[in-house]
Amino acid sequence: MKKKLSIGNKVVASPYLLWSILFIIAPMFFVVYYSFTTSSGAFTMDNITELGKFTDTFLRSIWFGVLATIICLILAYPIAYIITQTSANSQRTMVALVMLPMWMNFLIRTYSWMAILQDTGIINTFFRKIGIGTVHMINTPGAVILGMVYNFLPFMILPLYSVMSKLDKSVIEAAQDLGGNRLTIMQKIIIPLSMPGIASGLTMVFVPSVSTFYISQKLGGGSFDLIGDVIEGEFQQLYNYNLGASISLVLMILILLCMVFLNKFTSNEEGMVI
Amino acid sequence: MKIPSKVYTFLIFLFLYAPIIVMIVFSFNSSNSTGLLAGFSFKWYSVLVGEKDIMQALYNTLILAISSALISTVIGTAAAVGIDKWKKNWLRSSVMGVTNIPMMNPEIVTGISMMLLFVFMGKLIGKEEILGFETILIAHVTFNLPYVILSVLPKLRQTDSFLAEAAQDLGCTPIKAFFKAVLPAISSGIVTGMIMAFTLSLDDFIISNFTTGPDFQTLPLAIFAMTKKRVKPDMYALSTFIFVSILVLLILTNVAQARGEVKKNKIAKGDA
Repeated sequence: MKKKLSIGNKVVASPYLLWSILFIIAPMFFVVYYSFTTSSGAFTMDNITELGKFTDTFLRSIWFGVLATIICLILAYPIAYIITQTSANSQRTMVALVMLPMWMNFLIRTYSWMAILQDTGIINTFFRKIGIGTVHMINTPGAVILGMVYNFLPFMILPLYSVMSKLDKSVIEAAQDLGGNRLTIMQKIIIPLSMPGIASGLTMVFVPSVSTFYISQKLGGGSFDLIGDVIEGEFQQLYNYNLGASISLVLMILILLCMVFLNKFTSNEEGMVI
Repeated sequence: MKIPSKVYTFLIFLFLYAPIIVMIVFSFNSSNSTGLLAGFSFKWYSVLVGEKDIMQALYNTLILAISSALISTVIGTAAAVGIDKWKKNWLRSSVMGVTNIPMMNPEIVTGISMMLLFVFMGKLIGKEEILGFETILIAHVTFNLPYVILSVLPKLRQTDSFLAEAAQDLGCTPIKAFFKAVLPAISSGIVTGMIMAFTLSLDDFIISNFTTGPDFQTLPLAIFAMTKKRVKPDMYALSTFIFVSILVLLILTNVAQARGEVKKNKIAKGDA
């Protein structure tokens, strides 16, 4: 009987195993394959050497991504903490309210920011009425970063909230009993214990920010192209799949390195707590 | 809540909802500006109903979301049931590692990697225009699967592993035991996974952008095409409509869940 069961367990999982080999692993192989071949299929290193001309774009993407991620962390940390301090019922409502905008198409939300930020938009109409005059906001790096922060902020709030809501209250009380003031408790208890939430929030914001392509086109007006825009262009406009693949390969490796670095950083922090 | 906390909470939610409020307000605008309000009208909602492309895209999106959610739920649940029983060894950890790939990889990379696979296969079988409904369906099932598996696995871990054995001792065949004893216990995880898959598929733009052809457009793709030109408020009307539908759906499922819990509690009390 036991034996039959274990064979059964292999069989029920097999469609998924087949699926993941065909559609998760094989596509990764094709990214590598296209990166090192010409359009006719011959081996080449040209796609890799050509990457040099995208150095600026890569650096800009990383820089914007890092900024957006840090701003998200700074904005999200207090709100996640505030949510945990309210009643169970309002916690549920507020978490739902944080998630709700994500159910709305992100293209539309980004486009809607254009209507808010543009020179004839809502903020500037208001500014002109009160006599400040027009402040140019759209098509600036600031607008692109704002778009990233806006779109990915819930990805930072939610993991932070879920870690903080599970914090053992008695640990905080013990620290208070031992004479810790608010700042010390924040520094020595709450922040170290919410490290796993911070780590997952950082990855969940950084990965989509660094690889985004729509936000920068709409809010940056095409003058602050990011690496996602370049990849999209190679595939959808220039039809240079091989170069596009090699850029994606580099992006993938870059993100992998960031995650390894982040994991190391958080486990060190945990080590420090002990 | 103290006053600074209240102000901060208000500001964050204002930030999160500002573009949505703008969109809803301008969907009722009587002029075709997305910057200046002229007056109240339902004009853009009626314009919307008349647009054949949009309605076709809406239909495509629903078909795709429903079928990809169903397929990924069946394959994913079966996979979770199988994986749950595996010993903790290299095979299990590598399968779980592979499962994480679509969630950790940037969406654009997932999209182009699948596109490359499809294009290559298309060349191989001599079909240049391979991108369409089948390919986008495969792509959607692929990115849905991890979410289904990861919502079913914890439920399996919570259920008693002897449940199926007990059912078999009482005369069920292994298959019947699964459907009668295990499936009801993990149904909430399956439903969560399916809803998640459905909504992810409904809203996906990046992966869809690379894995479908001109013959099969989804709503997010239609919206993308529209935002390349100057946008009329009909798109705001469309988004408002979708937003309200999702809101209603969420409220309904929440109410249903709450009712289910009340019922369960009543039954539990009755048993005691």
